[in-house]
Order: sequence, then C-alpha cells, then structure tokens
Amino acid sequence: MNRWLRFLPLLILVAFVGAVAWRLGKPAEQEIRSQMIGQPVPAFALAPAVSGKAGLSSTELAKGQPRMINVFASWCVPCIAEAPLLSELKRKGVAIDAVAVRDKPEDVSAFLARNGDPFERIGADPESKVQLALGSSGVPESFIVDGRGVIRYQHMGPIEPEDVPTILQEWEAAK
Amino acid sequence: MKRMALAFALMVAAPVLADSDLPAARWANEQLPDPRQEAQAKALMEELRCLVCQGQSIADSDAELAGDMRAMVRQRIAAGERPEQVRSWLIERYGNWVSYRPPVEPVTWPLWGAPILLLMAGAWLLRKRLVRRRR
Repeated sequence: MNRWLRFLPLLILVAFVGAVAWRLGKPAEQEIRSQMIGQPVPAFALAPAVSGKAGLSSTELAKGQPRMINVFASWCVPCIAEAPLLSELKRKGVAIDAVAVRDKPEDVSAFLARNGDPFERIGADPESKVQLALGSSGVPESFIVDGRGVIRYQHMGPIEPEDVPTILQEWEAAK
Repeated sequence: MKRMALAFALMVAAPVLADSDLPAARWANEQLPDPRQEAQAKALMEELRCLVCQGQSIADSDAELAGDMRAMVRQRIAAGERPEQVRSWLIERYGNWVSYRPPVEPVTWPLWGAPILLLMAGAWLLRKRLVRRRR
C-alpha cells in the first residue's frame, strides 16, 4: 500500500496541472453582471449632457411606462457600432434615455450628429457615479427599467443585431 | 531606432484609445486631508477589485473607472461612512466578486478551511518523517 502512496504527490501534481490547463483553455466568464436586477433604480439626478436636451434623474424612470437606459460615451468605439440598433429599437417603440459617462457636451453633440440620436434625455455622469450605482462595469451597457422604476434587464457590451429580439422581449415583459 | 521609437509610441498610445478626454476625478489621486480617513480609504481601495482590469485592485489600477471608484471611496469615507458600508454598497451592485476579502459563508468554507487542513496535513507528514529518523 505504501508503495502506491508515494505516487500520490505525482497524482496531485497531474490533477493540478490538468485543472490549470483546462481553465486556461476555457476561461471563466469575464462579465460582471449587475446585482441590481429586480432592485429599484438608485436615486440620482444628472445634469444635461448636451444643451437643448434634458438631463436624467431617477424620478423620470418610474412613471408607469418602461424605459431603457443606455450607458454610453462618445469616446467608446463599440458605442458607434450599436448606435444604428438603438435607432432601430426606438423605431420599434422602445423609449431610450442615456447616461453619458465621462464626457464633454461638444463631444456628445458631435457623436449624436454623426451616429444618430435616439435618446429622449441624456444625463452627464462625469465621475461614473451613476454607472457605479447601477452596477455597470463598462460602456456600452443598456438597462431596461419597468414603469415602477425597478431594473428588469441588463445588456452588457454593444447591442448586436441578434440581441434585438431578446431586448424587445424584455421590453414587452417590463410593461 | 525609428522602429523602436514607433514601437514605444504605440505602447504609450494604446491605452488612450479607450479613455475619455476628461481629467481624473478630484479624489482619484489626491489624498484626503485627514490622515486617519485616508488610511481607511487606502486600506479599502487595496481590497476592492477594479471592474475593467480584473485582477488588479483599484489602488493599483490606472483605469479611469478605477480612478472614479477611488474618488467614490474617498468621498464616502470623508462624508463619514465606515469602510464596511462602502464595501457592502459595492457588493450590492457587483456581488462578492468586487471585494478581495471573501465573506465567511458555506460556499467559502473550503477557502478558509484549506490552509488549516494543509497545515495539519503538513504537520502529520513531518511528524512521520521525524519519527522515522529518530529510529
């Protein structure tokens, strides 16, 4: 029995190397989802991010109808990619507000002029405070908030064409 | 030489692509005037995980979001919040993942127990050795 026992360290080593090799080949989920799904939107009031358009406050998000909040920035490249899909969602009846993270009014205006403006309100979040309060860990991200102000859905990363049906479904579910 | 310079320029320029134009938040890199509060904030920052550069603490990270998180930690501590309140505010949003200090709960028992078990196993092995040598 003792003769076999001395192979035990080797077996442990093989198991360890095997586990490490498996994890390296199949990395763990890197997305950190917000834990705020099912929770009310935290209270906030953001100043307008561009002139001529209202800022965004949490009280606007509990008025009986669902709303989508798009967390974006003019300096964010994937945000350009998802812009046409936000316009498409708007055409399909999704009411979209936005939080512009660490942005300047002139940059946001230029971004909207170039990529379309599907937003009703845009709040400026110069120190990422609302982004952190929502549990968002990057740009772009989108949240669906129901008419009672409860966060129902989070989409991480740019919206791709194949995400549109899911988002519409979540939108209907939030009604 | 030119190539080296170009490579160096690219190395320096790459992070800028994903960054905003705004300067860092005021308290991202500025210490609190009260040394006791600053010490509390710093200790907490070392135990909070950066959201965009996973594997670094917000104290170590140069990412803008980490800077904004440091500013938030300092502002909340300056406003009189205890470090554990700030930590649990973040855990409510990002889960236990965001904190480097795992809570003691059934899921993490192996984590806390493993060092004790390994020490005990080591002591047991060593005892066998010592006994054998004495013979």
